[in-house]
Amino acid sequence: MSRLFSFSDPVRAKRLSEAIQLLAPSRPVRIVHVCGTHEAAIAEHGLRGLLPESVEILEGPGCPVCVTPTPDIDAAVRLAEQGVTVCTFGDMMRVPGTRRTLDEARSTGGDVRTVLSAADAVAIARANPAQDVVFFAVGFETTAPMTAAVAVDNPPGNFSLLVSHKLIPPAMAALLELPNQRIDAYLAPGHVTTVLGTHAYDGLAREYGIPVVVGGFEPLDILYALALTVRQVADGTAHVENAFPRAVSQQGSPAALALLKEVFEVVDGRWRGIGVIPASALLLRPRYVDLDARTRYAIQGDEGQEEIPGCRCSDILTAQAVPTDCPLFAKRCTPLTPVGPCMVGAEGACSIWFRYGGRPDLR
Amino acid sequence: MNHNGEINALHGAGGEVADHLLRDLILSRFQDKGLGRIGLHALDDGATINRPDHGEIVFTTDSHVVKPLFFPGGDIGRLAAAGTLNDLAVMGARPLALSLAPVIEEGFPMAQLDRVLQSFHDTLEEVDAALVCGDTKVMPHGDLDGLILNSSGIGVADPAVSDAAFEAGDVVLITGTLGDHGMTILLAREQFDIETALSSDVAPVWPLVERALAVGGVQSMKDPTRGGLAAALNEMARKAHLGITVRESQIPIRDDVRGLSEMLGIPALSVANEGKAVLVVTRDRAEEILGTLRQHPLGADAAIIGEVTTDWPGRVLLETVVGGKRFLDMPLGDPVPRIC
Repeated sequence: MSRLFSFSDPVRAKRLSEAIQLLAPSRPVRIVHVCGTHEAAIAEHGLRGLLPESVEILEGPGCPVCVTPTPDIDAAVRLAEQGVTVCTFGDMMRVPGTRRTLDEARSTGGDVRTVLSAADAVAIARANPAQDVVFFAVGFETTAPMTAAVAVDNPPGNFSLLVSHKLIPPAMAALLELPNQRIDAYLAPGHVTTVLGTHAYDGLAREYGIPVVVGGFEPLDILYALALTVRQVADGTAHVENAFPRAVSQQGSPAALALLKEVFEVVDGRWRGIGVIPASALLLRPRYVDLDARTRYAIQGDEGQEEIPGCRCSDILTAQAVPTDCPLFAKRCTPLTPVGPCMVGAEGACSIWFRYGGRPDLR
Repeated sequence: MNHNGEINALHGAGGEVADHLLRDLILSRFQDKGLGRIGLHALDDGATINRPDHGEIVFTTDSHVVKPLFFPGGDIGRLAAAGTLNDLAVMGARPLALSLAPVIEEGFPMAQLDRVLQSFHDTLEEVDAALVCGDTKVMPHGDLDGLILNSSGIGVADPAVSDAAFEAGDVVLITGTLGDHGMTILLAREQFDIETALSSDVAPVWPLVERALAVGGVQSMKDPTRGGLAAALNEMARKAHLGITVRESQIPIRDDVRGLSEMLGIPALSVANEGKAVLVVTRDRAEEILGTLRQHPLGADAAIIGEVTTDWPGRVLLETVVGGKRFLDMPLGDPVPRIC
């Protein structure tokens, strides 16, 4: 059996599924994860069908492009319209801003390029020394260290960063503060925690009395993490557990954390669909001001317009709804004609549910 | 003719220069195969094909574009030939005669055109089909991206096989691994700096189809090209108003394709294949057909992957490796790699 398949072993999957059935309390259990990669794996492998009907899994704010606030998108669009080369991740291209998307800016002559990393954008800047190049840096703790790595590596003078990085643990806390919120446990993202370490959730588990289990992304990783999660819910315990020890440690990645600390300071951040979350965003430190596109191009932090009539993206991003609760889902709103950001971003719950058949509960 | 030169407007103008191109690149390469009284070398306004003794005539056409024009495992010439041949083959038709109409951008290197035509020729030879007519157009530089090949084809089926004439209980087979072509093109196009041994599967499937038809019990066929297996099965299920259930664990996918698919977030079942066929066959013949497919090199990885059901009419259900179930839907547009 190839390594790729060894984490999908059907015999082990069945055993874990049976364990979850045994461990789960009979009352409804709502488990929230905050990661598009988790949602994609759950949907792709039909894992919801392996869980008891009482266990519900929801995606919270796990889609970085979905939570990127419109003023930042508007700023990137304006830069492209002004003749600056704007580089960003592929699924950022079609996220609606106030007026238009980056893709629309490109279609009318803007130089907007899809890259796989900040380093690719630096390479474009080096290859085109006469051209201003901006990397529109979005994403969580997974992509922020890659942005930091290029910042400390003497990028060329024509390169700068439009930073819109966000932090996951503050968003997990913010969700629990919402009125009428009922979350029984968090399934925490393995890759974010590879950087942060499991101790990043200690305060969350303690202060909110909520179980946090860190899970990987293969089907067996997720089922194992869910088994630990439902056990905690059933037992009434609330601590941080690591169900992904082959990648995640308690202290995280010292190198990545040091890079983040060197380059960024933590500030309050605006999340699309959620609002301002304290200490949840990254800003370039003053010593990197030369690299800051906001300073270089005098970008104003204007309001932007993010409410889309009829779209329930903000409920989905706060784990208060699932895509099929939205009247637009798979009708007016599809990946070809997306209405809200959750259908645009490849990590968005709507886009994922649509991609994997729209119905999560086939048994 | 100078094969180091480039295509210019005169090559499409029908005069002496165009005549040279025709003789040097086409007539010297493609032989008449005696399909009718008037063949390619007669250079008439059309070709004739003798009426078959029995069976029915199948006619198809396709325009072929691919970027890049040359890719691991093939080029646009082989793609155009196999594409048209395979449309005939999955109709149950032995391919007989093809047309070829290149539309060429001014400035296109003659040597590349020569390579493409040789590929087209060699691919036709694999199934003993003949080029019988064609046309050449040259467009000003910048009006198109290099080269477009249009090719129509005629074959004879006895009888023709549709893509939706199956019943509940029938068995779904695939003739080999899925996603090879799509992932190869994606890698060649996006220049991710990823090295693999991957190459396109582009090939005529008639040798496999011929074997399966000889066994009998073939209800329907389709070539899973654009949109991959997901699109092919959904089209079949919708047309037949029946459900199709496939088992992920039995769908053959190369390890490197699977790895790329996971890394890029692009499903291997949604990208194109150019040398595969989906067969829906009666249950009693399924094992025999599988056996005969596997005896041919092109069918070495053939597999039974699922069956036709009355559940969820018009939809395709995937039983995942871990035992979950989900719909395998029609893919939408071109897939984009995801962020993390």
